[in-house]
Amino acid sequence: MDFNDTPEEAAFRAEVRAWLEANAKLRGPDDGGGVDLGERVDDETLRAAKAWQKKKADAGWACIRWPKEYGGRGATAIQSVIWGQEESKFNTPPNIFGIGHGMCGPTIMTHGTPEQKERWIPKLLSGEEIWCQLFSEPSAGSDLAGLRSTAVRDGDDWIVNGQKIWTTGAQFCDWGILVVRSDPNAAKHAGLTYFVVDMHSPGIEIKPIVQINGGTGFNEVFFDDVRIPDANRLSEVGNGWAVAITTLMNERASIGSGGGRAGIGDLLRLAREVELDGAPAIEDSGVRQKIAEFYVRSKAVQYTGNRTVSALSQGKTPGPEASLGKLVGAVLIQDIASYAIELQGAAGVLSDSEHTAHEGGWQERYLGIPGLRVAGGTDEVLRNIIAERVLGLPPETRADKGIAFKDIPTGPPSK
Amino acid sequence: MNFDFSDDQKLLQQTAKDFLDEHSPLSVCREVLESDAPYSQSLWKGAAELGWLGTAVPEEYGGAGFGYLELAVVAEEVGRALAPIPFSSSVYLATEALLLAGSDEQKKRLLPKLVSGESIGTAAFTEKAGQNGVEGVEARVEGGKLSGSKLPVPDGNAADVAVVAAQGAKGLSLYLVSLTGEGVERVAVRSLDPSRPAARIDFDGAPAELLGTEGGGAALAESLLDRAAVLLAFEQLGGTERAFDITREFTLQRYAFGRPIASFQAIKHRLADLWCDIELARSNCYYGAWALSNDDDELGEAACLARLQASRAFDLATVEMIELHGGVGYTWEYDCHLFYRRAKSTSVVLGSPACWREKLISRLEANRAA
Repeated sequence: MDFNDTPEEAAFRAEVRAWLEANAKLRGPDDGGGVDLGERVDDETLRAAKAWQKKKADAGWACIRWPKEYGGRGATAIQSVIWGQEESKFNTPPNIFGIGHGMCGPTIMTHGTPEQKERWIPKLLSGEEIWCQLFSEPSAGSDLAGLRSTAVRDGDDWIVNGQKIWTTGAQFCDWGILVVRSDPNAAKHAGLTYFVVDMHSPGIEIKPIVQINGGTGFNEVFFDDVRIPDANRLSEVGNGWAVAITTLMNERASIGSGGGRAGIGDLLRLAREVELDGAPAIEDSGVRQKIAEFYVRSKAVQYTGNRTVSALSQGKTPGPEASLGKLVGAVLIQDIASYAIELQGAAGVLSDSEHTAHEGGWQERYLGIPGLRVAGGTDEVLRNIIAERVLGLPPETRADKGIAFKDIPTGPPSK
Repeated sequence: MNFDFSDDQKLLQQTAKDFLDEHSPLSVCREVLESDAPYSQSLWKGAAELGWLGTAVPEEYGGAGFGYLELAVVAEEVGRALAPIPFSSSVYLATEALLLAGSDEQKKRLLPKLVSGESIGTAAFTEKAGQNGVEGVEARVEGGKLSGSKLPVPDGNAADVAVVAAQGAKGLSLYLVSLTGEGVERVAVRSLDPSRPAARIDFDGAPAELLGTEGGGAALAESLLDRAAVLLAFEQLGGTERAFDITREFTLQRYAFGRPIASFQAIKHRLADLWCDIELARSNCYYGAWALSNDDDELGEAACLARLQASRAFDLATVEMIELHGGVGYTWEYDCHLFYRRAKSTSVVLGSPACWREKLISRLEANRAA
């Protein structure tokens, strides 16, 4: 039961620290944080992020978990965590390469041909090219395999038509990983093919989505007779689902310990600042009981994250258990923000930064958080994953198994 | 980074589990629950022979000389088996009180018997409904004699010695009192969990020996309760996991509408949510174990976190256990109510969740002011 680094981990941490200290400045209290879910990245941020990524790449500190042959260090998972912990202490540009490095790169390394890897991996690692993920569609979120965008063979190319949605960063990306339906007569999972698409191709139209909090980080991406060379196909025709699974597994493998960001510290601070019945709210026993409940849960999520890191340190591969952090954490953030607004009394109706407690931050958080309960696996899907993969309970009964895709119902029957 | 128990500690845990699987199946808990016996003597003897009672007691007093991490993993197994023995009272309260505040002479005199199991100890703090610790104590010690009434005293009928909170000449103090000597009258009181029953003890001129400093009883009791809370949280964790495993197994075997009820999404999601609360409990328990074994300043906070989440998880799991078993979960014959009773009792025995939530906030605010 020891929170300290092993000697090897400590040595690695020192090495990382030394390079960071020589190449960046420590983060101060007024320095910005990362990019929030659905926050649109501006040009200045884009430039700075690419420059920092190149600097890391030139020094051999980019994508350290990737094999050396692709420009990484072949680092272990725990070394990757240590790198992340140290880097976050420095005032570096927000990371806009999460999707490219976390999902696209590993997918190409697993399923790509040597030529494809050579073509895409180096520039992905260096940040010269930025990638997005084109999976979800208006009618296919949780039921991703039910996607409807089509790809039809035409000589050496494929013609793609359809629409993708929730594509983060599409507006500044160079490439995208794309799953489309190449055979509507096959069963749902069997008729999909996986491509890499040049985001500058003619026929691609990108439209920002406006979220409930006014943010526009996500996009709709429309494909109108977009031509993709067959050389950009990953794996066999009809094997798209298996490749998509690789992508999704890598998405889940990104470990975070979200508990600390649930806002419990800010809630305590708020309770000391606002009044209830003429005294600081923190002196009210009802408030104390409620905040204590949040505190217990918030710390439990944080310590669960520690156990995951600990497992990585021991060379284990945490799997579906990682769903817990997001499932519990996102709801907790929402519940805390909800309660914080209520603590503000009638003044909770305001969200103006000048007149509202904590500069309207709670109202902002309350508007931002519903997206996290749906993104990267909805609460309900995560519960299914825990139930099936962790607890070994039977899978869902399917109404669309063994049917040709084109025959699967997609809405209520017309009268 | 290793936020986990060591291989040696896990081996100790497995040994404990193996012993309890063989000697403390749920039928043993049921036997005590259904009888007037306050505990299983044979199981107590077995636990003592394995050295469990002295896990964290230094060798010079007859103990095994291990630490609290080892005691925690044994506690988890004791809880998983719902073992009907006064382990928590004698080890986490009485033995611990001596380790914390006993003079060398008191330790030499009393610890070896507690470690061998020859003596069973407990703590007697509260006196009436609503109390959680040593607030409102009216029992008094004058001229070395204790008078007053304590209710409930966990394992009050099994124990022969108690750490009693009473008002002394300089204020609230803790005293060692023999429960088999003069001036002690014990009344067994019907308990929600008869496998871990409590008693009422009336004192009238019982000899009382000061433990710790005069007037230092409140601080000592507070510290003792924190330590006991962490260790009991591991028992709660073990019991929670057993309840969950039995429930999960039941839902896989029980068929309705042509398929196992475990295949219905409502059931799957409830079990998934329950699993999350159990994992959260494990995490807070580990933090508690770390703080206890390092005697860290954070123990005051850690004890609250461990107790509160373990209590919550045990409550949730046992309520769900009966519900998901359907009608049979409500029968005396099925084991669900053994867990249901144990969960609710352990959630209040060292003070209610509300009391521990208040402790948590007070401590956080006090740390901030410091």
